Amino acid sequence: MEKQLRKEAQRSASLKVKSGLAQMLKGGVIMDVVSPEHAVIAEDAGAVAVMALERVPADIRVQGGVARMSDPGLIREIMASVSIPVMAKCRIGHFVEAQILEAIGVDYVDESEVLTPADEDHHIHKHAFGVPFVCGCRNLGEALRRIGEGAAMIRTKGEAGTGDVVEAVRHARTVLGEIRSLQAKPHEELMAFAKSIGAPFELVLQVRELGRLPVVNFAAGGIATPADAALMMQLGVDGVFVGSGIFKSREPARRASAIVRATTQYRNPAILAELSANLGEPMSGISAAGLAENQKLAGRGW
Amino acid sequence: MEGTLKVGVLALQGAFIEHIHKLRELGVQCGEVRLPQDLQGIDGLIIPGGESTTIGKLMASFDLMEPIRRFADRNAVWGTCAGMILLAKRIEQGQPVLSLMNIAVERNAFGRQIDSFEESLPVAVLQGGEACPFPGVFIRAPRLLEVSSPAQVIARLADGTAVAAVEGKWLATAFHPELSRDLRFHQYFMEMVRS
Repeated sequence: MEKQLRKEAQRSASLKVKSGLAQMLKGGVIMDVVSPEHAVIAEDAGAVAVMALERVPADIRVQGGVARMSDPGLIREIMASVSIPVMAKCRIGHFVEAQILEAIGVDYVDESEVLTPADEDHHIHKHAFGVPFVCGCRNLGEALRRIGEGAAMIRTKGEAGTGDVVEAVRHARTVLGEIRSLQAKPHEELMAFAKSIGAPFELVLQVRELGRLPVVNFAAGGIATPADAALMMQLGVDGVFVGSGIFKSREPARRASAIVRATTQYRNPAILAELSANLGEPMSGISAAGLAENQKLAGRGW
Repeated sequence: MEGTLKVGVLALQGAFIEHIHKLRELGVQCGEVRLPQDLQGIDGLIIPGGESTTIGKLMASFDLMEPIRRFADRNAVWGTCAGMILLAKRIEQGQPVLSLMNIAVERNAFGRQIDSFEESLPVAVLQGGEACPFPGVFIRAPRLLEVSSPAQVIARLADGTAVAAVEGKWLATAFHPELSRDLRFHQYFMEMVRS
């Protein structure tokens, strides 16, 4: 009875409870996994959460075709294998995939550009869900549109599946730089600024007041080494997603643990040096600059 | 009057900055604890919410377990959510913990994220007492299964579930006072630090 009442209260779910979980993930590493075995390796290495997938982004790139929500059977197996939160991806705009993920009981839904978009104009109305959402962004306007739709957590898009951190850096610098320039603006310029970046005015005011996004902001897309993770943390994000970088490397368990520790001690070069030593080969990767426009995933999202 | 006291917040992972903001609102000096030497010169320690498995592994990895246990012999320590798990002597799964308080804790006791909730809690030990309930934010929260003397329960949900306990200078809460506007739990902890 008590649980039933709580469930009902949750329907009108407070953003505090939804964004609160993301606050608990801060300073942590969220890892892409494709099996219960991977999930256990990630948890043992100290991941704060796992992203349950059928294919990591690097394989989606190679194999092509339409990338969809993963099999709920696989997601359930991964959920049963670990005690940490489990996230799963749905296609942009595919609110029925999101409903299914909510019904399975995943802890966070990633409305992700890594999968093939289902709607080329609209994202999911995320306020309608009890499960919280994380969404990708390349700039402040995109971040605030997603938050306006109900996202309780934001991540930079980077360029997933490349092992090249350059796009994650570009997107983090863009978002954080735009916040800094917003803070320097006088009030009368804020409406035109909101219009120019296509962001809800109220959220622009809130960001100016807070000096940061109103929700947790992680980096993602191309992070492959402890130094990459620490770089993103020093740039000012709250935590990191590592996708293909771990399980496409030679020694996933060691690399995963080193990236977790680097994310904690990101300001301590002596420790970072120690952590970076003898990790075995990283994922080989592809240069994001060499990708044709139609091979870039980050352009998906509106 | 708080000028001379300094409180450390374990900053390995999780919601440590939220605790630091609360302490600053109370005018308390604070510092982040990432390595054993950061424990020097602090009078109390908060272990924040986060993932208890991650924080426990990082504590072991950076040789913080023994130094924190020694610190806790003489000083006040407060664990919120994951922090409560790390303070418990008994948890059901094997994971690195401090094993300080005479409490048994169940992780993720209310279910997954979709079962996270808010509930007002009457807490007699706080300023204003039970008449002025405290806003409890429970996120994939643990609960207290057993509380043995000298540990004592200080807060329960309406259904009787124990969600906060105190034992000497140690405090454990299953919920997140650092996510609410109410400062009374941080004030209560500062009294423990001062005593």
